[in-house]
Amino acid sequence: MNFMGYRRNSGSIGTRNHVLVFPTVICASAVADMISQAVPGTVSVTHSHGCGHLGEEKEHIVRAMVGFCSHPNVAGVLLVGLGCELITPELIAEGIMKVGQRFEMVSIQAEGGTTATLEKGKVLAAELLKEAARARREPVDISELILGTNCGGSDTMSGLTANPALGVACDSLVAEGVTVLLSETPEMIGAEQVLVKRAASEAVKKRIWEITAATESLAIKAGVDIRGTEPSPGNIEGGLTTLEEKSLGAVLKGGTSTIKQVINYAEKPSEKGLVIMDGPAHDAVCNTGMIAAGAQVIVFTTGRGTPLGAPVVPVIKVSSNNGVYQHMKDNIDINAGGILDGEESVETVGERILREIIEVASGKTSRAEILGHGEFAIHSLGLSV
Amino acid sequence: MKLSALVLNREDNVATAVRQLQSGNSIVVEIDDSVVSVVLSQSIPLGHKLALKDIERGERIIKYGETIGQATVKINRGEHVHIHNVEGLRGRGDIP
Repeated sequence: MNFMGYRRNSGSIGTRNHVLVFPTVICASAVADMISQAVPGTVSVTHSHGCGHLGEEKEHIVRAMVGFCSHPNVAGVLLVGLGCELITPELIAEGIMKVGQRFEMVSIQAEGGTTATLEKGKVLAAELLKEAARARREPVDISELILGTNCGGSDTMSGLTANPALGVACDSLVAEGVTVLLSETPEMIGAEQVLVKRAASEAVKKRIWEITAATESLAIKAGVDIRGTEPSPGNIEGGLTTLEEKSLGAVLKGGTSTIKQVINYAEKPSEKGLVIMDGPAHDAVCNTGMIAAGAQVIVFTTGRGTPLGAPVVPVIKVSSNNGVYQHMKDNIDINAGGILDGEESVETVGERILREIIEVASGKTSRAEILGHGEFAIHSLGLSV
Repeated sequence: MKLSALVLNREDNVATAVRQLQSGNSIVVEIDDSVVSVVLSQSIPLGHKLALKDIERGERIIKYGETIGQATVKINRGEHVHIHNVEGLRGRGDIP
């Protein structure tokens, strides 16, 4: 099975060919955005990080930024810094150089203010765009793909239709050598017993119990009921009663394959097949982490409906019921609601999702891309001062 | 066939409504190869759960063949099963 992708110097395959303007610190966010606005065809993101991070938090944020900026969907990146920050363009560039990807840097204090940085940044971004335009798609084996899975705005239908259908697609892809990422650790609480049965080793089994226990202990230590946020108010309105119920439906989206590895947030998987990425259930944070881990396509299931996309990586949206599909049609790529009417089986919807993944990987634009959704958020460990 | 509610595992004591279901109606659900009929004592919104059998206070609620929580009061067959009569058992930092 093949798709049409961009082969990068790193050896990784891109499904898109973006030029990214990336602020390494929030103080450079506005200037990065101005550069991107001034150079049509580039994309930029905004975030609140880059300074004040302690110890492990710094490594965690740097890993996410390097993974995102050196993603194979990014043909070239312009790193924009301030000058006195903790996470400088130079620091992120060190990581980018390891994969041999094209980058440029500009810093506001060195250039002498907003206007001077904007002028220099425009020239550099335009140069990166010119180089990126030379990239061509070529046929590549599907096993070069890392697929991210996510679900948000779930209802009880998600666990009956969209998630098991995505699971069918994931199982087919894993059989072809694809890496599939399953994340959202809070939504594994109550479903560990299902996951550990499929662990490839005792070490993987132990890690699954460890990551869910660590997440559950956040609620225990805070002295709160996790149901204050999981399930969310919208989940409850949709019929989900407890976190355990939500989790058992959520983990179906990764399919039924052997779980080969458990990785940290934004860490690159070293195994093919189904891999769990430890991380929060926050939709945008999860997407960003999977992109930093190398996912070139994300499939996102929803029952309540969400417009969420991601910068530089296409997000395919699958609705769990006909109602939300009819109501929010412009945000949904595939409707799994026909399963409830007996019009379609879980397997046939799974096959449709699989075909869509290959088409979108090869260049077909997803609804979230058409509508301009590029939500971006990096996970924080809360170790910032 | 237009289904009313789905039972995902033969061990389950709840079914999930795949349509809005009216109180007083009798619905039929499939559990493996057998067919069971349940009279609804309450209306069940789309996506919400109904009890397939009488469930005692403290008894586990089973869906997907797994525990999803426990009954906080006695729940009768045909009743709506949700946050008013079920609580989760995980992530409960509020319980000393």
